[in-house]
Amino acid sequence: MFRNQFIPKRMEKMDELLKKFPDLSRDSLIPILQATQDEFGYLSEESLKKIASTLKLPASKIYGLSTFYNQFRFVRPGKFHIRVCHGTACHMNEAGQILKEIEKVLGIHDGETSRDGLFSLEVLSCIGACGQAPVISINGKYYDRLTKVKLKAVLQSCKNLEDV
Amino acid sequence: MEQSLVNNEIDTSLLEIAQLDSLEYSGSMLRQLEYLRRDKLSRPLIIVSMGTEAIVAGAEESLATISKYTDERNFDAEIIHTSCIGISNAEPIVCIQLPGRTRLYFSNITEERVVSLLDDVIHKNIPADLCLGQLRNENQEGYKDIPFLDEIGFLKDQKRIILKNIGITDPRSIEDYIARGGYRSFIKTIKNFTSEEICEIVESSGLRGRSGSGYLTGKKWKIAGHTPSDQKYLICNAEESDPGAFMDRAIMEGDPHLLIEGMAIAAYGIAATKGIIYIRTEYHQSIKMLENAILRAQEIGLLGYNILGSGFNFDISIKKGPGAFVCGEETALINSLEGKRGMPQSKPPFPATSGFHRKPTIINNVETLSNVPVIIGKGPKWYNTIGVEGNKGTKIFAISGSIKNPGLIEVPFGVTMKSMLFDIAGGSANGKAFKGIHLGGPSGSVIPPELLDTALTFESLKSIGAGLGSGGIIAMDEDVCILDIVKYFMDFMQKQSCGKCIPCREGTRRMSEILESISRKPIDETGHTTLERFKGVMQLESLAGVMKDTSLCGLGQSAPNPVLSTLKYFREEYEEHIFDRKCRSNRCTELRTYYIDIELCTGCSACVKKCPTEAIFGTPRHPYFVVEDKCTGCGLCYESCKFSAIYYK
Repeated sequence: MFRNQFIPKRMEKMDELLKKFPDLSRDSLIPILQATQDEFGYLSEESLKKIASTLKLPASKIYGLSTFYNQFRFVRPGKFHIRVCHGTACHMNEAGQILKEIEKVLGIHDGETSRDGLFSLEVLSCIGACGQAPVISINGKYYDRLTKVKLKAVLQSCKNLEDV
Repeated sequence: MEQSLVNNEIDTSLLEIAQLDSLEYSGSMLRQLEYLRRDKLSRPLIIVSMGTEAIVAGAEESLATISKYTDERNFDAEIIHTSCIGISNAEPIVCIQLPGRTRLYFSNITEERVVSLLDDVIHKNIPADLCLGQLRNENQEGYKDIPFLDEIGFLKDQKRIILKNIGITDPRSIEDYIARGGYRSFIKTIKNFTSEEICEIVESSGLRGRSGSGYLTGKKWKIAGHTPSDQKYLICNAEESDPGAFMDRAIMEGDPHLLIEGMAIAAYGIAATKGIIYIRTEYHQSIKMLENAILRAQEIGLLGYNILGSGFNFDISIKKGPGAFVCGEETALINSLEGKRGMPQSKPPFPATSGFHRKPTIINNVETLSNVPVIIGKGPKWYNTIGVEGNKGTKIFAISGSIKNPGLIEVPFGVTMKSMLFDIAGGSANGKAFKGIHLGGPSGSVIPPELLDTALTFESLKSIGAGLGSGGIIAMDEDVCILDIVKYFMDFMQKQSCGKCIPCREGTRRMSEILESISRKPIDETGHTTLERFKGVMQLESLAGVMKDTSLCGLGQSAPNPVLSTLKYFREEYEEHIFDRKCRSNRCTELRTYYIDIELCTGCSACVKKCPTEAIFGTPRHPYFVVEDKCTGCGLCYESCKFSAIYYK
């Protein structure tokens, strides 16, 4: 019930968003999905259905396509969206341990959001800052040359921000 | 209103400048060029490197502090941006140029160093320990005792043709690019040459695709040029998703106009009117720079309808790739652009005859296209003098890992890996011996130190079973476990396999499983598991062969490369893992055995409660000990110990 209250509002936004794409052919499908994710932070079931009916494509096809690509998420992201770079240079500099530590501390895995809605996690293949490995970014702010100790401090500072 | 008028005036004369030969410049033009190139200054200039790497290292904060400094002290200085010069561990770089003097580059200028640096430089007191070097310029007075940038170890032996503007110009300014001779090649192209001639010039220059296959670019263009069609497309492949490769990003961030010029010339060569840049979504900075660059080029009239009255139309749009490694493959990329899953298709037909929307489509990567303006500008003969037979021009490498100077290296083809690793990149980071280098992304090969004398060309690398790939190099020292790194690549490939053909889909999975099984302790030694383990190892090689022969696209065919190359050159390390269950660099956490230091152990029994296999024995308040045979190396005790009494071997 609570969830449904928001659907009409979201659909209005979806209508507006779709207006920006005059060419509603299959070519625009991925840009539309990307714009939807930029707007809402993730792809919800309703938005996927809406896109499907507008583009006259089966919703299952669109869901299949969006799960194929790494970019798309299907869960609402947390207040702090953590992106962990797991490129080769980061891997050699113990990015695996950093990732494990995050998973352990926050209890979430790649593509998930913590229950309190505070943190979400995403693993990237490489952000191209190999000289500064290992790197993570939280809401677009980068933290380089991470160690477990530094990571703890960073996560704690996020939690503190929330408490304030 | 006034502002835009001024801009318009500059724009017209800029176009004039670009169209004239450098000998025909009038005095006022030369003055304008000097101004645009910032050769002559009326007030100090502060330049902050704002590439991705610099931002990661904290350039945004430095920039904010600099602005605050100049505002608070009423220090009249101009602040502009540039991109990363390619010396990764020197970021964030801040450059300061005082009127009449050369430009100084300072490394690692984080927030807290800004104030002291600016204070020092204003008082003519150059902090030598932070100074990277000065930029050579004949019209300016140099500093004594400070090396020129082209003399410092990292840049001395490089030949920067494509990266010549990186870290020097402002990537947001088309004026800066034109003032340094930009767009001249494009204007020359549309005024003096026919499409056929352009293809001919590029073919005779010997330019080969930089994305791995090494096909002659001019030849590819000709195929598309000769296919009759009402619409042709030029696609720039900027889906640089190899972990450890960042040269394309450096070009797009640092010199976006070079890519646009290259695309415009290529489009003229194949008579395409629509260009698409297919770029990774993660490259925010590159997207921002390219969007701005395209807009500026359109404003000036270098892109769009009937460019400079030549009747040639060309426009570029940016499409963000939703993230799939396989989309680096041409047909998969086209599928992704058409709004389908990025799955490759069998060739022929090749995209050059039937690609995007079944129209002739040329797909080149960023580095290849960035070579084109240079070739047209300086001529194929000049280009032919660089490199070795069959491999002309330069190649950009992105080097990272255990290396002293990680960053971007542009060298002519034919240079040996050894000279690149030791002379340019400065050797190992911590003085440890190299175990090998990994070349060419996750589907590349590991090359042992004995073969480092191999020249970097397509053919010589092929002869040792390796490939140039995109040019990402990861240096590995003794601390790296070969199995761990191969496991990482296999895991990556398995996740990135599109799942269309069985050899790749199942093969990568199975390989991953086999590698996993040999890098962990056997939980029980009896029967089935052990048999499976050995069977797997024996099958590893034949499995790799099958995948290589039968996979549909390059991803599957090259996926077993890391395994094959390491089996060839690092076999003893595999054997150690399999027979001795030992990892010499202690990276395979599941092979570790834990021990308790009796001096440090207080007998708190925290570890005993954590141990899942009941391998820890003892009595409370006395030192505990670990039974080696029972320890599975999970590491839970290690993490639970508050006294650091647990260590591993």
